[in-house]
Order: sequence, then C-alpha cells, then structure tokens
Amino acid sequence: MSDPDGSAPARPSPRSRLPVLALVPALLGLAFLVLPLLGLVARTPWTTLPARLTEPGVLTALGLSLQTATVATVACLVLGVPLAWLLARTPFRGRRVVRALVTVPMVLPPVVGGVALLLVFGRRGVIGGWLDATFGVTIPFTPAAVVMAQSFVAMPFLVIAVEGALRGADTRYEEAAATLGAGRWTTFRRVTLPMVAPGVVAGAVLCWARALGEFGATITFAGNFPGRTQTMPLAVYLALETDLEAAIVLSLVLLLVSVAILASLRDRWLGGATTT
Amino acid sequence: MSGHPPVPGQPALDAHLVVDRGGFRLDVRLAVAPGEVVAVVGPNGAGKTTALRALAGLLRLSAGHVWLAGRPLDEPATGVWVPPERRRVGVVFQDHLLFPHLSAVENVAFGPRCRGAGRREARRQAGEWLRRVGVAHLARYRPGQLSGGQAQRVALARALVGRPPLLLLDEPLAALDAGTRADTRAELNRHLSTHDGGTLLVTHDPLDALILADRLVVIEDGRVVQEGDAATITARPQADYVARLVGLNLYRGDADGRTVVLDNGFKLTVGDANHGRVFVAFRPSAVALHRYPPEGSPRNVWPTRIDGLHHHGDTLRVELGPPLPLSADVTPQAASQLRLAPGSQVWASVKAVEISAYPAGGD
Repeated sequence: MSDPDGSAPARPSPRSRLPVLALVPALLGLAFLVLPLLGLVARTPWTTLPARLTEPGVLTALGLSLQTATVATVACLVLGVPLAWLLARTPFRGRRVVRALVTVPMVLPPVVGGVALLLVFGRRGVIGGWLDATFGVTIPFTPAAVVMAQSFVAMPFLVIAVEGALRGADTRYEEAAATLGAGRWTTFRRVTLPMVAPGVVAGAVLCWARALGEFGATITFAGNFPGRTQTMPLAVYLALETDLEAAIVLSLVLLLVSVAILASLRDRWLGGATTT
Repeated sequence: MSGHPPVPGQPALDAHLVVDRGGFRLDVRLAVAPGEVVAVVGPNGAGKTTALRALAGLLRLSAGHVWLAGRPLDEPATGVWVPPERRRVGVVFQDHLLFPHLSAVENVAFGPRCRGAGRREARRQAGEWLRRVGVAHLARYRPGQLSGGQAQRVALARALVGRPPLLLLDEPLAALDAGTRADTRAELNRHLSTHDGGTLLVTHDPLDALILADRLVVIEDGRVVQEGDAATITARPQADYVARLVGLNLYRGDADGRTVVLDNGFKLTVGDANHGRVFVAFRPSAVALHRYPPEGSPRNVWPTRIDGLHHHGDTLRVELGPPLPLSADVTPQAASQLRLAPGSQVWASVKAVEISAYPAGGD
C-alpha cells in the first residue's frame, strides 16, 4: 500500500480526512439541527391528527397564513423586481447605501420592524394618521397589516436573489433586443425577465417561506386576532400555552410546508439558475 | 414601419464615426450603397466592433455622423440621436445572441412583434424567413438545440426579417468550426447578394472579407489604412496585416530609383522606380533558396538562416530569419534536395522584377 521508498505512505485523499476534533462538533451541530425536528415528528399525536387538522381554528389560521404570505409575495414581486433592477443595472450615487438599506430588514429583529411599521402606519403615525384622516382607513391589526409586516421582512430576500440573477445575466441579449426594435419595457418583459426567471422564482419562494414564518413583526403590527390576523406561527405560540398537542400539530404542518418549499427550491436551483 | 426605402444612387449608409474611449480613438468614414456589401477588416483591437456598435446605436458618437437612407441617426453636432430600437438596422452578432428562452421562430418573430405586427403575422413572416435561409424545419427548436451553422442562419433571418436598409454582421463566421465555416460562408454569400439594403460586415479574417464583400475597408488602430475592391487590396496591400494574410512579404522603406533601403537597413533592388516612402512587396514563391552562393547575377542575394518550415497547400513554406525575415515557398522536392531544416544556413535570392514597390499612402 505504500511507496517503495516509504516517503509517501498510502492514505485517503485529503478531502476525506477530517480531524476528530472537527468531526465531533460537526456531528453535534448536525444533531442539534435535526433532533428537534425529529422530536416534533416523534411527539405528533398521529391518531388524533386528522381530527386536529380539521379543527376550524387550524384551518382558519392555515388559510390566513397561505393567503397573506401569497399576497405579500406578489407585493414583493411587484415592488422588489424593479428595485432589484434599479440596484443591478442603474449606476447612481449612493447605490451602495441603498443596497445596504434594502438588506437591513434581513438582520433587524422582526419585532423592531413591527414597532417601526406601527410608528409610521399606526393611527397616529405619519402615513397612518393621514390615511385615517383622509380615507378613514386604518391599517394596524388588519389582514393588510399582516401582509405589510410579512412584506417588510421578506422583500429583501427577493431583492437580493433577483439582483444577483440580473447581475449574472448577459446584457448583450438586451442590446440584441434593442436592435430588433424592442424598447426598454419590452426588452425587460420579453428578454431580461424570462432570462432571470430562475432567480426570480428562487427569490419568490424564499420570500414566501419567510413571509409564512413571520412572527415578530406580525404580532407587533397586526396583533393576534383569530380569523383576522392570527397566522400559523401566532397560532402555534398561542396553542403552546393552552394545548401542547395542538401546537405540535400546527408546527408539523408548517414543517411539512417548509420541507416542500425546500424541495421545490432545490429543483429550481439545480435545473435553472446554474445553467445561466 | 417604412418611409425610408433605399433610394438608388443614394448611399444606404453614410457615416463618419468618431468615438473616443479612454485613450483609443476611432475615426473612420464608411459609405455603403444599397445592395453593396462592405467589409471592415482589421486585427483585434482595431476598432471594428466599436464601429459596428456605433452604427447600431449601442454606442454614441463623440463626433461625426451616421446617416441611414438619407436620415440622420446620430449627429452630436446637431444633437440628433436615434436609439437602436428605432434605427431599422439589422444586426447579426458574433455569438448570434439568439434568445435562449425562445424557439427559433419566436426569435425571428421578435422583431416584427416589437414593430407592431400581430402574433400571427409576425410568425408568418418569421416562418417565411426561416424557410428562405433553409431552416424552416428547425422552427420549434430552442437555440441550445441548434448547431453553430443553424444558429447563424436563424440569426441572419432574425436580422433580415424587417428588411432593414442596413445589415450589420459582427464576425459572422468566427463562432463556427472550420468544417461548417466554408459551407456557411457560401450560404451567407448567397443571402447577402439578394439583400437589397446595404451590408456592412466586420471581420478579422481577410478571406471572409474577400469572398463576401464587394469592397474592403482595412482599419488599424482606429483609422482606415486602405480601401478598395479585393483586387486592389490584395495586389498592393498598405498594411502588414493584410499582406500577411494574403501571403505577401511586405516592408516599408525609402526608395531612390530602383533601390530601396528598408526600415531595418536592408537594401533591395526592386522592379519599380520610386522616390520617398514606399511599400515593397513580393510573393513567397518569388524567393529562391540555395545551398551555396548562386551563380549568375540576381541582384538580391544574401545568406540567411531557416527559422521554420511548414506545409502550405502543395508547397512548403519556409520562414527565414535575419537579416530580412520573410516567407518563402518551395516545392517539397526542392526542400529535400536542399536538405532544408530549421536552423540550417541557406542563401536566398529574389529577382528585382519580382519585387513591386509602390508609394506608401498616408505614412
């Protein structure tokens, strides 16, 4: 197995050699990430699961979550894709500052985001006060507030993903479109957007997942009213104090949705974005 | 859509392109008549692509003008600027740049759709052009499924579908492998000859230019060094670049009658009498090689060294070293008799009548 001169003993390739000192924390880390989820599955009351799932409260919360997360994602697409385009393609002074500002909600504690939203869109906030006085519209503690809270924390994920895709796209195709008579809007709609579609889809899925799991900003800005603003994460939290089994069932549903998202995202990434 | 059909006698394109880009200055005049094919030839970095981009409207002129079919498109002096999408200039890009998410027919229909045609009408036009360039059967294929030659035809159809008064081709054959290249060149030649608008192609390959174009414009370092038809350019090249590619040995020097002192100090006796700056050119086949000093009295005889040997068609091309680096063509029989090999010493001779000298333009 070793060289005749003995200078280079046979050994596995360097990549497969991991020092024990690193292997132990690696396995501990893996266990730390996986065990709680396994625990959740293990504690699931499978016999009463169908009944639990069809309880009106569960379905209401799930329905509200899916609806608000979807609306929030659409809102993020409408606002976020142009914003990403601006950041990726238009050189302007202070672009780096703008990019940093866009990413702030990613690192900001969501509760702080909720407080900030309340201060601006609340009944006595700058914009909220005006909306109330002019149109008699109040946002806080409504489903609209849920959507806004979710959009606030989730949009950066979409913007970052789409901006990355736009930066990676070959702008010569846009020039080719221009020589064929396409104006900027047509070029964007028929050439740029389809070519960065994998990035947009990945960004939208991440955005949707983040919106679905939103808790802190939602409970601060939208409150916790069953049927109106009580989304799945809020319902889980509430159930935890009264009915542990219900909390487990609700958590399991969210876990399954998340795994499904991850699976779809993996396919997107492997099938689309890597080839562009 | 229309309004500016090519008028006979009026140039399709009349341009004076001046572009300043960080230390590089392009300054060339180009004119293309309707139905004419003009090739802009030059080495990499000469400014060919910059010129093409300025004509397409992908780059603004610093000065000068672009007039197409009697209409100004870019004229910094008067502030006229027409963006690319309103120029009606068809472009075949070097890598074709077919939209990867659209099928061949959708790629070709893209232009008509942008210019206001309905979906059905655009597809009908696209289908007709695909048929014209001989790839109708590939209409539903995505660009990723096409070969280089097929993609090139689709790109040509896409550029021609609106019958633009000016067609631009950027290195139309560079992306193809040698096998498809010759076929595609012949094919392209056929399509260009039926295009009634002007055609301007840029290429670094003089062979493509000589075959495809009615007229050549040779540019180097952003300036036109020579302009004319194939016969003129090949007979009296004014650029090392062209000379090398048409297979001539070309030097600059100072003439005093039939004696020319080349810029490297070497003296040649030539066939034409001149005074002042000249180009000196002779064919590789005009060079004779000898093992020993030749008898008789050719005027130009000197000892030299063989730097390299390679096959060039039926002949053997011999690269000679100092004092006068040049290419010589000999038959394989002669080569074996002379026992030519890299590094061996030989005598070279060139008859004076075989060497042409002509005034260097703009030197």
